[in-house]
Amino acid sequence: MKDLAPIAGVVAVLAAVPLIVHSNVVLNFMVVALMIALAGQGWNILGGYGGQYSFGHAAFFGTGAYVTAVLQARYGINAWFAFAIGIAGGALVGAVIGALTFRSGLRGSYFALVTLAFAEVLRIVASVTPITGAGVGTLIKLDLRPLAFQFQSRAAFYWIILLLVAAALVTTRAIERSRFGTWLIAVRENEDAATALGVDAAAVKLGAMVISAAITAAAGCFYAQYFLFVDAPIAYGTWISIEALLTPIIGGVGTVFGPLIGALAVRGLGETARALTGDAPGLDLIVYGTVLVLVIWFMPRGLADAGKWLRRARAIPAPQEEASHG
Amino acid sequence: MLSPAILIAAIVNGLLTGAVYALVALGLTLIYGVLHIINFAHGALLTIAMFAAFFAYRELGLDPYLAIFMLAPAFFAFGYGLQRFIIGPASHGDDRNILLVTLGLAVIIENALLFAFRADTRTIDVPYAFESINLGFTFVAVPRLAGFVAVFVVASALWLIMAFTDMGRAIRAVAKEKLGAQLAGIDVAHIYAVTFGLGTACVAIAACLLIPSYYVNPSAGNAFILVAFTIVVLGGMGSVLGALIGGLIIGVVESLSSLFLGESLGQVGIFLIFIAVLLVRPSGLFGARA
Amino acid sequence: MAETPLVAVHNVSRRFGGLLAVKAVSLAAPAGRITALIGPNGAGKTTLFAIISGFLKPSDGKVRYDGEDVTNEPPHRLARRGIARTFQIVQPFAGLSVRDNILVGAYLRHRSRAEALDVTNRIARDVGLADMLDRPADTLTVAGRKRLELARALATEPKLLLLDEVLAGLNPSEIRDIVPVIRGLCDRGITIFMIEHVMQAVMRLSEHVFVLAEGSIIAEGTPAEVAADRAVVEAYLGHGAAAKWGVGHVH
Repeated sequence: MKDLAPIAGVVAVLAAVPLIVHSNVVLNFMVVALMIALAGQGWNILGGYGGQYSFGHAAFFGTGAYVTAVLQARYGINAWFAFAIGIAGGALVGAVIGALTFRSGLRGSYFALVTLAFAEVLRIVASVTPITGAGVGTLIKLDLRPLAFQFQSRAAFYWIILLLVAAALVTTRAIERSRFGTWLIAVRENEDAATALGVDAAAVKLGAMVISAAITAAAGCFYAQYFLFVDAPIAYGTWISIEALLTPIIGGVGTVFGPLIGALAVRGLGETARALTGDAPGLDLIVYGTVLVLVIWFMPRGLADAGKWLRRARAIPAPQEEASHG
Repeated sequence: MLSPAILIAAIVNGLLTGAVYALVALGLTLIYGVLHIINFAHGALLTIAMFAAFFAYRELGLDPYLAIFMLAPAFFAFGYGLQRFIIGPASHGDDRNILLVTLGLAVIIENALLFAFRADTRTIDVPYAFESINLGFTFVAVPRLAGFVAVFVVASALWLIMAFTDMGRAIRAVAKEKLGAQLAGIDVAHIYAVTFGLGTACVAIAACLLIPSYYVNPSAGNAFILVAFTIVVLGGMGSVLGALIGGLIIGVVESLSSLFLGESLGQVGIFLIFIAVLLVRPSGLFGARA
Repeated sequence: MAETPLVAVHNVSRRFGGLLAVKAVSLAAPAGRITALIGPNGAGKTTLFAIISGFLKPSDGKVRYDGEDVTNEPPHRLARRGIARTFQIVQPFAGLSVRDNILVGAYLRHRSRAEALDVTNRIARDVGLADMLDRPADTLTVAGRKRLELARALATEPKLLLLDEVLAGLNPSEIRDIVPVIRGLCDRGITIFMIEHVMQAVMRLSEHVFVLAEGSIIAEGTPAEVAADRAVVEAYLGHGAAAKWGVGHVH
């Protein structure tokens, strides 16, 4: 289990944060950053490892958030069960979208468009149907008990999201080294060649989609529990579709730690921008958009590439990429 | 029971709106046909153009139809610059990167507008906004009829450019066979930029045509963009005729479904058509089979 | 004495729009032997391979493999049945190492990473790539990529190997090195069906040759028979070439 050592190390360091920092502002920032990282880890499975760039991951985030919220608010189901069902719901939506799109052979830009469309359909429907509270949204009643998945201290929320992120890190690493993961990467690199070697590309992509959806849905479920309010623009808005793809791309697409690095970097940048210029609307997204363009322009493989720049500058030969470790 | 008069009015209005949708889609399909990229920034460009038309009216007193002559060249230049100096270089020719760069630009533009102008909705009041003409079987608003005519003028102009000018021939050559065109000495980066400029100019014209009857806010473009995508996919990526016919069809479908299902669900209808077309026949009605 | 064909196509045609690329072709490759498919460029050879390996559906006709009709099966399922192919334009998984490339194929028959790695190492040794396993696939030379293409296909433990111009782009010494590798595969019981332009290899390796020109079979037989066939010479060199050069007998 030697390759889990880096993950364990990073998680241990992060776990220590609430013990050292007591500022609620910082803790809140970290909680949200980790939640976005989780959403990005989901995207990364399908987009980074699978090469299928979804522009509509909000569909899974929002489903997780709404299912969790509605089951509690309307049907009184226990928060922890609602969380689990929310993840399942997100995975189901992923399975449906995946089955439709991959069996049709949609790839590339068309795939991005279709995922965008699905997310928009869900957003519009959620903003008018009564079960989600339509335009008003759904509120989870304040009930500060661990059994209701609500905690007085922010640190508790922090450790829970960290646990989820850690689980996603381990899952990603396991996929990397598995048959499924190798096939997924092969499909990404060259679908025809992979098919000729016996890989059922549609099935592999579908599997990646379901896993991806489940992880991003978990981030949505967490959102609902942390903020206790969900409405259509929050759940299914383009903001989360963009952040979910931004964090892996900036941090290093197709790597285990990419989404985590990207989330901390992007959110950090957003907060700094806001601190410097006041709370003007849209500013953080301007920063995100600019960073996206700049990263694609100069460091297409994300911050993982930045390491390469440094090495080149110091004339040290670059080690092998993570993905090709036998 | 709906009276025939309401139905006819809905259809006619659908055609008129559809024509302007078609113009937006035209820009998109032109860009796709030549550069083979889906321009995710298209909606944001429409929004900026609408803001530009709005301010041209408010600050310069320029009537939107006259503003076309100022904004179309300006946006052509803007689009040219975007492709030549940002999108082209940033994406290193990789399809996935192009997707992301245009998405990034869309996010930047939309939110820059949000940042600068807040989310308030603005409208302009041209004196002829509510005048209508009696066509015999129904009444139509003057701006919308003018828009309809203008779209066909622009489409014809584009067709003439493509068919008879050297530039048009070069564009068609690059669209068909990039490597061959390069070997024949055509500057592909320049052609790409010109095409992108033309697509953006189409959007600018559409914005001027829309502004007498629509509101302007930072997300205005979004309302049109998925419709434009639907049209392009329905009509066939890269097909000008497809964009026109698709636009008219979608305009009518939207109008009728708003009539029967109400405003917001009407939008869902369009998306569902979009998804259905992508799943069943991605090449659309007139596009080349992939 | 008829040999059992491992794979056979019956009356297969394939139309692309107005063009009939393959015209009612019937041929068979006997099990355990090396069969060659030759012909001028554009004859339809790769199209035929694409049909046999499931990448294209024939407009007409049937494909039989190992006694069953496999005409409409998708490529990945045919791979599982034991049909492997290499591509005319080599397609390595660019971002991955040589080892990981071969691993993709090995995983078809072995779920466990350890077993798949064993197979990978063995195959790499067999094709001569053992000391390049850690290198990124896109750093290989053309000859190396051809070997990788072969290795990947072999890792799926096929019964039928379709080689599409595997010798193209190799210099004479590289060809000399790889020919025995191919013969060795046949000795191990793999049926080989190869498209080739390199005549010396066709002569030395194959036991039966089909000649395809403009979508139809114009000749078949042993390599020697086919080389002396007038119609074959004319297909390659143009009408009247056979008479001009006094070559061959009329078929």
